[in-house]
Amino acid sequence: MSTLELNGESIELDEEGYLVDLSLWTREIGEALAKGEDVDLTDEHWDIIDFLREYYEEYQIAPAVRVLTKAVGKRLGKDKGNSKYLYSLFPYGPGKQACKYAGLPKPTGCV
Amino acid sequence: MAADYDVPKITGEDGIVDIPSLQPDAMKGHGPWVSKPEFQEDMHFPTDFTMPESIENYGDAGTLVENWKERALDKMGDLKGRYRSLQVFLDICVKCGACTDKCHYYIGSSDPKNMPVARQDLLRKVYRRYFTFAGKFFGKIGMPGFVGAAELTEDVVKDWYNYYHQCSQCRRCSVFCPYGIDTAEISMAAREILDHIGMGQKYCTEIMGKLNKIGNNLGLPEAALADTLEGLEEDIFDETGVDVKLPLDKKGSDILLITPSADFFAEPHVDGLMGYAKVLHELGLDWTLSSYASEGANFGMFIGSYENMRKVSLRIRKAAQDLGVKRIVFGECGHAWRVAYSFLNTLAGPFDFLDQNYPVPQHILEITEPALAAGKLNIDKSQNDDKVLTFHDSCNIARGSRMGDKPGGQFVLPRNVIKAVCNNYVDMPADTIHDATYCCGGGGGILTDDLMEIRVKGAQPRMEALKHVTDKHQVTHMAAICAICKSQFTKVVPYYGFTMDMIVSVHQLVSNAIVLKGQLTEEEIEARDAAEEAERIAAKEAREKAAAEKAAKESKDT
Repeated sequence: MSTLELNGESIELDEEGYLVDLSLWTREIGEALAKGEDVDLTDEHWDIIDFLREYYEEYQIAPAVRVLTKAVGKRLGKDKGNSKYLYSLFPYGPGKQACKYAGLPKPTGCV
Repeated sequence: MAADYDVPKITGEDGIVDIPSLQPDAMKGHGPWVSKPEFQEDMHFPTDFTMPESIENYGDAGTLVENWKERALDKMGDLKGRYRSLQVFLDICVKCGACTDKCHYYIGSSDPKNMPVARQDLLRKVYRRYFTFAGKFFGKIGMPGFVGAAELTEDVVKDWYNYYHQCSQCRRCSVFCPYGIDTAEISMAAREILDHIGMGQKYCTEIMGKLNKIGNNLGLPEAALADTLEGLEEDIFDETGVDVKLPLDKKGSDILLITPSADFFAEPHVDGLMGYAKVLHELGLDWTLSSYASEGANFGMFIGSYENMRKVSLRIRKAAQDLGVKRIVFGECGHAWRVAYSFLNTLAGPFDFLDQNYPVPQHILEITEPALAAGKLNIDKSQNDDKVLTFHDSCNIARGSRMGDKPGGQFVLPRNVIKAVCNNYVDMPADTIHDATYCCGGGGGILTDDLMEIRVKGAQPRMEALKHVTDKHQVTHMAAICAICKSQFTKVVPYYGFTMDMIVSVHQLVSNAIVLKGQLTEEEIEARDAAEEAERIAAKEAREKAAAEKAAKESKDT
């Protein structure tokens, strides 16, 4: 178990750096989690993270890659609605890396 | 792709990896993340242990359950009594060495403890010490090693946890063992013992907890599943103009389709799911998915837990009965099919309420292959002409099951399907396919990020064979029929210089080539999309015009 130190508070993370208590998530925490992995979140990253948050609030899970690419394509233009674009932002996989910064549970199983 | 360990080199020369020289302790380590007590509780495993403060403390006696040694031995005694095979496998090895160079994890890592016989011996030496006359006798006089026995110590537990999570239970070694010793069964037993002393594996137990609560390994709730399926229906309609349904919880359907939840979520799995839907639609079959049993995978097998394996299987039975179906069909999932084919009737049977004119259960390929052979599906093979295919036999299907009504059907059916929908097909070298197939490197509960190093190294033999056919035979894509294989390969092939989109589902190839009744041609789709776009623009213009007129009228009125 590790922790994220932010504004004098210790926030508990699991072995892989995901928030243990997802309800604690704030944009600031998202920034800090990314910074811990040497990623500076740009507006392009936030477009994706915001969609992930919206989807999660409705369905209590991260969207499937296909659902994500389709939604991104609709919102941001067809040239961005593909996994190549998403991987360019989140090289460790939009599912896993973006979910971490967005404060979503990590997708598990045979994925 | 960068890695902080050496990625094995592949040459593609003859497609076969040379056997490496030994590097003792090359893969010594702490093993995967340990499962928290709350996950263990869901599985009905003991919870009176202390979570280790850090990975360095994994396996320390202070973190294990009270009386861990007695309880480990009790469990071993229990398991050898339950499974005669386990005791036979522990007794019968003659150390002939036939298995030593057959494990992909040994070949990829050079660690001698990854030789199947050495992996078995980690458990066997403790079995010999406490359960055989020779071991007890020489143990008492302080010379257990004289008869291949050893005391159960903390270090042994650490080795168990580390090395039994470097086995994907693929059973390749058992094919070459003259006695048929199945290391997978020993590895399952070891994990069951570990689960009873406070060393469960987080990956497997967390996932099974989700399945027990929500119905699948992903934790995909019903509403999200329904939304995903609706999205796929839209996609198929957009691509073909045909209204193909992916029904959920449709009572009174003939067929219940059980598929790994990765098919709802990951790529290229989801393309395979769309393929099943198209085939079932085209054959006029009445089918449904279940939100209660929305998982084909059964991780109970990976951890050797009969009780948990049964619990998962019973969900399938209940879903079939509640929905009133006549048949159960499984999608592309390796160990799901092994559990279904080999154990489902014992675990959750009898299935006398199903239609006995069909195999119980049936594999989706057992529907697609005969339909293609009989010309019941309209196929345009040229749709796959941008590819040269090869096929990866998934370990659990190759060595733990069968398909169709002839021996070896599990090798023939998938290849027949690929060849019926693709013009270009090449097999990988003979020693790496069929029942000698190499594991993808991610099976048996290994498909987790904390085991990435062994996953990458264990993929080496398959990557070498793949490199051979890509270099020498222009292969561009590798098809698979297992969710784990597909996820593992998309993740590890980039380490070996391939691109992730070279991995495809078998039913994805079918989906590309099938021409549905009433399917629109590309030109018709373009025309339809253009008409829709024109309609959209016209409607927008009309709205704008009306708004402008209204505004003009209002300003006139005022």
